[in-house]
Amino acid sequence: MTRLVEVRSRILKENDVLARGLRDRFQQAGVCVISFVSSPGSGKTTFLEKLMFRLSPRHRIAALVGDLATENDAARLSRACTQVRQITTGTICHLDAKMIDKALEGWRLEDLDFLFIENVGNLVCPSGYDLGEQVRVVLLSATEGEDKPLKYPTIFNTADVALITKIDLAAAAEFDREAAHRSILSVRPGMKVLEVSAKTGEGMDETEALFESLLAPA
Amino acid sequence: MHELSIALSMIEQIEEQSAKHPGTVRSVQVKVGVLSGVDAEALRFAWELAREGTDLAATLLEIESVPLLVRCPACGNTHTPDIQSILCPRCITPEQDILAGRELMLVSLEIDS
Ligand SMILES: Nc1nc2c(ncn2[C@@H]2O[C@H](COP(=O)(O)OP(=O)(O)OP(=O)(O)O)[C@@H](O)[C@H]2O)c(=O)[nH]1
Ligand SMILES: [Mg+2]
Ligand SMILES: [Zn+2]
Repeated sequence: MTRLVEVRSRILKENDVLARGLRDRFQQAGVCVISFVSSPGSGKTTFLEKLMFRLSPRHRIAALVGDLATENDAARLSRACTQVRQITTGTICHLDAKMIDKALEGWRLEDLDFLFIENVGNLVCPSGYDLGEQVRVVLLSATEGEDKPLKYPTIFNTADVALITKIDLAAAAEFDREAAHRSILSVRPGMKVLEVSAKTGEGMDETEALFESLLAPA
Repeated sequence: MHELSIALSMIEQIEEQSAKHPGTVRSVQVKVGVLSGVDAEALRFAWELAREGTDLAATLLEIESVPLLVRCPACGNTHTPDIQSILCPRCITPEQDILAGRELMLVSLEIDS
């Protein structure tokens, strides 16, 4: 005899449940958690280092950074902020809620204003994994194609803010800024899009202000 | 390739169910939304790897792919857009509410006993 057993469960429910728990903890502790995703080398670490230098005189900051291997990015971020932990994922191409939970061990979240999470450089795999973050930022550099968002709609669709990075290279790379904005907005209508350069500082004031506006009123 | 960890969670959930409903799992039905971040082809490949050494060697994996379905918050129109261009064709409001297309779900199992 053959029976049909209805299950109807989300395949990533274990991650979703853990992420919801993290989100509650972050909210209770009053820490604003922002994650960053992009393809490898789009400028996540460089941007974060600059951003943290700017924010650290006024705010208490920590960062987690995911990479397949090496502690290099954590070492770079430690120049801007003392509480940094590297998550090396080995063969896994994305961070998940369990890794975040484990990496936070021993940190007092109540003592933080911002927690930044740099995901593994990958535009595909991180999209389905909720990390409990309040805001997900996707980066697209001026040296990548303007149509990247059309090729990777899922990650752009799950993000809240898009940063076009390395904008100082736009002219040299013949990067069409308007086309880039258009393709971002066609996959994720209404998304906040900012252009930045970690090198020249262009757009950094605006980005900093955007993130500060997310902080819960003291 | 994150489909491997997805296939492993799937197998875990299937095994939980088959512990409750003894028999042989003949087939599993899975829904994969176009905006789930999972590629059906890659999931099949990962499933082959992940089921090695389990009792699911003869189980058929049936993947239903779910298109994007959105509702316009301005005019109430529902439509199934191309994921590259989501806006409302009726009133061109850009932001749409997603009704379906994000799911990644183990729907059901067929068990022979
Ligand atoms: N010209 C210019 N170069 C930049 C800028 N931001 C980053 N870069 C360069 O881009 C390269 C990659 O930057 P990273 O910050 O390491 O990129 P990432 O996204 O953290 O890389 P992964 O963690 O490996 O995915 C480095 O050589 C940076 O110096 C920028 O605003 N302008
Ligand atoms: Mg990095
Ligand atoms: Zn409409």
